[in-house]
Amino acid sequence: MSRITRRNFVYGALGAATSGLGWPTLGQAKATGGRVVVIGGGFGGASCAKYLRRLSTDIEVTLVERDSKFMTCPFSNAVLGGLYDMDFITHDYKALSNAYGVKVVHDSAVDVDPDARKVSLAGGSSLQYDRLVVSPGIDFQWDAIEGYDEAASKTMPHAWKAGKQTKILRKQLEVMPDGGVVIISAPPNPFRCPPGPYERASLIAHYLKHNKPRSKILILDAKPKFSKQPLFEQGWQALYPGMIEWISEEEGGAIDSVDVKAMTVNPTFGEPTRGDVVNVIPPQKAGAIAELAGLTDDNGWCPIDQRTFESRRQEHVHVIGDAATAAPMPKSGFAASSQGKVCATAIVAGLSGQDMPPPSLVNTCYSLVGPDYGISVAAVYRLGADGIAAVQGAGGVSPKDADASFRVAESRYAVGWYQSITADIWG
Amino acid sequence: MQTSIRLFNTILVLATGLVFVPAGQAEELSRAAMLSASCEGCHGTDGRSPGAIPPIAGKSAEYLRETLEGFRSGDTEATVMDRHMKGYSEEEIRLIAEYFSRQSEQQEASP
Repeated sequence: MSRITRRNFVYGALGAATSGLGWPTLGQAKATGGRVVVIGGGFGGASCAKYLRRLSTDIEVTLVERDSKFMTCPFSNAVLGGLYDMDFITHDYKALSNAYGVKVVHDSAVDVDPDARKVSLAGGSSLQYDRLVVSPGIDFQWDAIEGYDEAASKTMPHAWKAGKQTKILRKQLEVMPDGGVVIISAPPNPFRCPPGPYERASLIAHYLKHNKPRSKILILDAKPKFSKQPLFEQGWQALYPGMIEWISEEEGGAIDSVDVKAMTVNPTFGEPTRGDVVNVIPPQKAGAIAELAGLTDDNGWCPIDQRTFESRRQEHVHVIGDAATAAPMPKSGFAASSQGKVCATAIVAGLSGQDMPPPSLVNTCYSLVGPDYGISVAAVYRLGADGIAAVQGAGGVSPKDADASFRVAESRYAVGWYQSITADIWG
Repeated sequence: MQTSIRLFNTILVLATGLVFVPAGQAEELSRAAMLSASCEGCHGTDGRSPGAIPPIAGKSAEYLRETLEGFRSGDTEATVMDRHMKGYSEEEIRLIAEYFSRQSEQQEASP
């Protein structure tokens, strides 16, 4: 047997004595600042995990994320347009784990027991938490459009979660004949990335203009208007005249069924429309685990305390990102990251008995209309009497009368933004 | 009995000393850090931007404050910073400027 050193003896005795009193044992080197489990390693969850550790190395942070590589929705439209490859939008969790000491568990959360403060994982193990952060992003309402289910999305990709779906849609664009029609079905509010469908139309138009110039893009919209609309329409006129047609809800843009075999989408009124490529972005709701954990309301999203992002449904559980109802903040990657940082501050404040500074939230969303044509929307948010509120007089969209050099500058900043935010989250 | 109580007290003192004064305590939460976290989404962690967006880590507080005030008043031309800075008070701008002036231009060793 090994020698019992004085040190070992003392530690052993301490372990025995303290565990009886409910204190953490020394031998296991447990964090004394609390255990936080974060579900979801996207813009919200990964930001929250990193900033928790930046604020306190004393808190044990476990990030549960299904995949070892994360592909971002931001800039996936640029992949569809042929400007970047999948590598550009792919990130991993090595820095979070190695440089910040986040325990990254590649598994799926399948259940949450809020009373026992326990998360069950698909792999069979479970995690105890003092605070849980749920950042699952979105899921689709598969029953909302008749004929459009998960199987149908292999033929008519949504590509609204980046990865395999992005590749399917890109491949379809590559094999589509010149003179073909691309249909983009845009969803009703609220949904992930409000300017996304229109940036997608823009960058697909860029690809088609240079490779299949006789082709057309038809946006069938479930809404009467859309984000940055005057700027997009001005950009389409300048770069792709006659290529993109937008059909609003009033003009029959909302669809209620699809026929995958016939490659048609059927508007709520008017004739079925056939596309060579059909991109259906279905109506959305909070990611599945949010519903399983009892965090959602009748609309399928998660009501929260807009100061701390703590769930209004379950104690000690916070919800951030697309899944949370944080309006007027949009469901954007930037907003999710900003919320992740505020949520991290709220949790550290709670666990360490400090006052939380007043929350400061921001959104900045760049969209590329073309490789050298960028536009943006920005907003600064503070906590008002009724929750999160945009600061009046600040924010807004890029000026409509800006010259070409302004659009070029914003296209460069769009790429710079992507490099910065992905480094801030996964770097 | 007495011995065991004394031993327990010793353990208690040791445990208190060892367990409740850990190496990595929570940093004091500050308004400056909260405000500045918003900037890091575009300007990078601690203001170290890897791309086209100007890095702001380690710039002088005076320079940062003047530049941000210029964006806020509209005297300094910008693409998006004018829209952002209209949402911040003079006091908030000072806190942000001081925060980034304290950050290192180069990434330091891992925490």
